[in-house]
Amino acid sequence: MKVLVVDDERDIQTLFEQRFRKEIRSGEMSFVFAFSGEEALTYLNAHEQEAVLILSDINMPGMSGLELLEHIKAKYHKPPPVVMMITAYGDEENFNLAKKLGADDFLTKPVDFTLLKEKLKPIQ
Amino acid sequence: MIIQPILALIIFQQLRKFLQTKEQLPYWDKVFKIGSGIAVVIMFFYSVAKNIQFILPLVSDALLFGAAWLVYTKNELNRAKSNLYAYVPVIIIYSISDIVRLISSSFHNEWGTYFETAKLFGIIWLAAMFIINNRQRKALEKERLKAEQIEKESRITAKIKEQLEVQVKERTAEITKQKEALEHTLEELKSAQALLVQSEKMASLGELTAGIAHEIQNPLNFVNNFSEVSAELIDEMNDAIAKGDNEEVKAIAGDLKQNLDKINHHGKRADAIVKGMLQHSRSSSGTKEPTDINALCDEYMRLSYHGLRAKDKSFNATLHSNFDSSMDTINIIAQDVGRVILNLLTNAFYAVKDKQRLLNATPNAPAYAPTVAISTKKQNGSCIITVTDNGNGIPQQVLDKIFQPFFTTKPTGEGTGLGLSLSYDIIKAHGGELNVETMEGEGASFIIKLPV
Repeated sequence: MKVLVVDDERDIQTLFEQRFRKEIRSGEMSFVFAFSGEEALTYLNAHEQEAVLILSDINMPGMSGLELLEHIKAKYHKPPPVVMMITAYGDEENFNLAKKLGADDFLTKPVDFTLLKEKLKPIQ
Repeated sequence: MIIQPILALIIFQQLRKFLQTKEQLPYWDKVFKIGSGIAVVIMFFYSVAKNIQFILPLVSDALLFGAAWLVYTKNELNRAKSNLYAYVPVIIIYSISDIVRLISSSFHNEWGTYFETAKLFGIIWLAAMFIINNRQRKALEKERLKAEQIEKESRITAKIKEQLEVQVKERTAEITKQKEALEHTLEELKSAQALLVQSEKMASLGELTAGIAHEIQNPLNFVNNFSEVSAELIDEMNDAIAKGDNEEVKAIAGDLKQNLDKINHHGKRADAIVKGMLQHSRSSSGTKEPTDINALCDEYMRLSYHGLRAKDKSFNATLHSNFDSSMDTINIIAQDVGRVILNLLTNAFYAVKDKQRLLNATPNAPAYAPTVAISTKKQNGSCIITVTDNGNGIPQQVLDKIFQPFFTTKPTGEGTGLGLSLSYDIIKAHGGELNVETMEGEGASFIIKLPV
């Protein structure tokens, strides 16, 4: 399963690579990282259908995670990939807006990787 | 001739009147009344007793002389001396004439013309004196009236002066009272101003809080997860040691070291954010410290952007930063200048957001990319910080007022109107300048110039 992680924090790559080191080593999962919404869209345009799951931060300079979500769900990829939103705000409003825009799930920072792995199991 | 008793009568009555004997000299009043009575009796005898007529002029003369003598010798009557001057010639001429006639009637008749001329002269003298006296009296009366008038006026003036003094006292009391009231109001205003400055600080702190919440979650995310994953790595390392796989142990140890570095880095980052927040809420310590202006701008740009995004999720803007890497640290009160930068950025975001809102409400509006830029530059020994937005700009009629306290274009309750005013004061206090360049519809640039 290919996962696209979108976040403006560069250390997120090291974190994911360590957290999923077993899955990566066994070849169960592979990760691609984009550090802005724009970068993520460029990747998706170039590698259609590759990413099954997209994990995106909401608050990023430039295109926000919610805008990216809107783009993906409205204009790209049939069938659209699973999109999970990650944000620092665990508030109702963001949650509802993300849901409305078609987000499949919602995670808050700091990310609970045990929870994330459980959420990923049924998709695999 | 009946003229002497008439004259005597007139003199007595005049003396009584002039000396006001009735009230002031009752004794002399009686004497003058008797004199008057004698004059009347003489007149009576003139008309009835023809046989004693020759003696009557002499009696009359004696009466007149008596009156004159009294006036000239008695101290209490001396005042009336001048009244008699007019009568003196007449009295003397008549007396001489009468005495001469008594001694030698023929001589009197011989020089009759001269006597008559002298008498006429005496009468004319009397009349002239009378007229002069009268005129003088009138003039004196006029003077007296004038003096009275002046006195009356001065009395009125004094009265007015008194009234004025009372009024002045009242007014002074009133003014003092007003002054005290104003001083009191000023005190109240001062404390209200202090409160407002504090509330402006708190308002910008509120704007920051949301940004801080986001900013602090990111480092926390790394601290939590890197420490957890490190614990897992240690388990794996123990397994590798048991297996004797030295390569794996070394690789894991390398990862662990890297993770510890990251935990340290992000812990410090969280620490800096919290410190920044505390610094912002604390009142100015007033000490200037060497500050990395690029780092300060970067920090506040992130905070203000995330703060705005936290409030309005639908909003987005492009951020440009262009920092001059040759910039040295400059001596400033970092939290104060930080507040200025935050304020300018918040305003810039507000401006682009407002333009977007307006364009969204307009059909067929041109595409718009809200953009806010911050840049630093070293220029002629000054540090220039520029905050630019591509909002709607500032209208000319508003431009003069933007640095005035309490001036705001925001809806009531949204802005204190103190942001730019405080910013201006802070930059001035640093010996710098805060200027604005704007083009309506195109955007605005706020330029901070600080001495290095």
